[in-house]
Amino acid sequence: MRRPLDTTDRDDDRTPDAAAMAAAPRSPVVDPGGVTFVYHGAADAVNLRCWIHGLPASQPFERVGDGELWVLRVELPENSRIEYKFEVVRDGVEEWILDPLNPLQAVDPFGANSVAQGHGYERPEWTLADPAARAGTVDEVALHSAALDGDRHVGVYVPARFRRSRRYPLLVVHDGYDYLRYASLQVVLDNLIHRLEIPPLIAALTQSPERLVEYAGHDGHARFVAEELPQQLTHDFPLHPSQAARGLMGASFGAVASLHAAWRHPGAFGRLVLQSGSFAFSDIGHHRRTATFDPVARFVNEFRRRPGRPAERIYLSCGIYESLIYENRSLVPLLRHHGIEVRYEEVRDGHNWENWRDRLQSALTSLFPGPLWMVYE
Amino acid sequence: MVSTVRRFGQYPHMHDVLLLGPQFRAPNLREALEHAGRHGPLVTITAGWQEREGELGALEEHLGCRARDLRLYERAEAVFTHDTELHAAYRARQNDLRLLQNLYRARLDHAKAAARELLQSEDDSPLCRKARRSAIAALRRLDAEHLRDIRALHRRFDAQWAADRRPILAAQLAELERLIGAAALVCIAGGHVAVLLNRLRLFGLERALRARPVAAWSAGAMALAERVVLFHDHPPQGAGNAEVFESGLALVRDAVLLPHAATRLATEDRRRVALLARRFAPAACYTLDDGSRMLWRGGRLADAAGSQRLMRDGGLAPAGGRA
Repeated sequence: MRRPLDTTDRDDDRTPDAAAMAAAPRSPVVDPGGVTFVYHGAADAVNLRCWIHGLPASQPFERVGDGELWVLRVELPENSRIEYKFEVVRDGVEEWILDPLNPLQAVDPFGANSVAQGHGYERPEWTLADPAARAGTVDEVALHSAALDGDRHVGVYVPARFRRSRRYPLLVVHDGYDYLRYASLQVVLDNLIHRLEIPPLIAALTQSPERLVEYAGHDGHARFVAEELPQQLTHDFPLHPSQAARGLMGASFGAVASLHAAWRHPGAFGRLVLQSGSFAFSDIGHHRRTATFDPVARFVNEFRRRPGRPAERIYLSCGIYESLIYENRSLVPLLRHHGIEVRYEEVRDGHNWENWRDRLQSALTSLFPGPLWMVYE
Repeated sequence: MVSTVRRFGQYPHMHDVLLLGPQFRAPNLREALEHAGRHGPLVTITAGWQEREGELGALEEHLGCRARDLRLYERAEAVFTHDTELHAAYRARQNDLRLLQNLYRARLDHAKAAARELLQSEDDSPLCRKARRSAIAALRRLDAEHLRDIRALHRRFDAQWAADRRPILAAQLAELERLIGAAALVCIAGGHVAVLLNRLRLFGLERALRARPVAAWSAGAMALAERVVLFHDHPPQGAGNAEVFESGLALVRDAVLLPHAATRLATEDRRRVALLARRFAPAACYTLDDGSRMLWRGGRLADAAGSQRLMRDGGLAPAGGRA
């Protein structure tokens, strides 16, 4: 059985011929079983660099004949999405570049990657701006945090048709501005509210200047998001006070921060969205990740010993191409065993913002179901 | 379209009711009223808009005239503040209705799954056809029982708390009847169908509405049927089982009204369409999308344009045609 992205057996009849590849305006070429990457240019070697857990981070292209055309076919299951770069080696110099023939790119805080969409993948239409959807606004509030001993600026998404006479759920989003930039959060909120799939809500968009520290089981940061920020926003906005109307959300280290804050402050949040959480832990011995994860592992180990009930409902997701899939899967039975309602989704994607973007509908509608069935405007 | 009818509002004693699709994207209320020969002052009921109640700017601009909103949402809030006993009883009834709905849903999930599975079968043997009929009949019995239970709850509540038995409500009802009586037309907007229907029922407006021409759209239209059916064929969560939700005011008869059908119903799925049509027969299921217009006279459909009827064979046909 071939493994995903197994590069063996490339002589099957799906391998495009050289002429077709040279003429192909776009790379990769997608077929139901996989994708074929193409590079055209002078090189001593070309490698595909992508981050698929369990597979080599570098896979070599084959030169077609003696020319400058290089191809690599990889198996890619349907509906997959991977991000990658080409590593082009010339005269002993390695250069990582975006795929010149692929217009699909994903941006993140570190730059951009090319995107290969497996057969069947389609970007969800609710992530695209809908002219019919009324747009909310994002303003910024400044507050002093005693817990963090400094001032913080927090973006606040306010839904269209906001009324002071109504009470709104609050969703606190770690890396909120990144969610706006890289995961189309504002468009998604506008669309889902417009479609009545979630209720109009206020979203607080936090952005830590030191996320690897503050998101890694930091009690001061937990106090900031669980106490200080909601207190300030309750003063500024008509928020619904119930636990079920308070959500906390994050991806990667942001998911760790979310779980940690909810765990340290039980009752503060009734709903959690945890995307691709960096939940490093060790049942025995030391975890196998870098020292950055030490405080995370300390927290997760402690959490696993006595999880309590950080929230009533949790949405948890992870890409099966992520190295974190084991840690996330491990969390599910533990949470359920402690009476937490968990919706868990695995997808054929990696540790990236578009994965997290594509899960937003499922996450938000399962935790904050809107008046879809009741409202007919 | 059915045969030509006499002008709308010409026979107020016959309870003309004009039902329309959504009005926020491509409103056709003005055109529909002109078509029906409507003129004179109008009042609006926008309780379904909840905290946006009475924000009539876009509607007045569209109609080119002023309107007076009856402020049912606001009035209900004031009533509940002043009459805490009534409020407590009202909330208790709502809790009972919620429980009833949850119990019905639990049974509906299984009944609907059975009916869907059998309808998907390619087997056309007599035994399978009989099983299909039985599955649909079970669904119909469940819907009917649920509707009876809902009506029984309302009857029990009304026996003690009806508008004419409670001074604060009686005063409101008298004022509302005066305002409605002075209007040539009552417009009932869409929005939250439960909020709207609850307010209409709380103030006992059924009789007053029967006595005046009414134009209603979306949730407003749903509230005027004999039963309110909630529906969405592809919700982000759940199976998308259409469910009987409430007993309506029954100003229109033998109709299940489906606003936003273009986006909420999988009309290309003939099995789903057929199941919906057969489930609620002899009532007819009608779509109410942008531009739809239906005129009901004496509780019966008299004229229609742009609305479609869901057929038992899974197809769609213009409303007003033969079933």
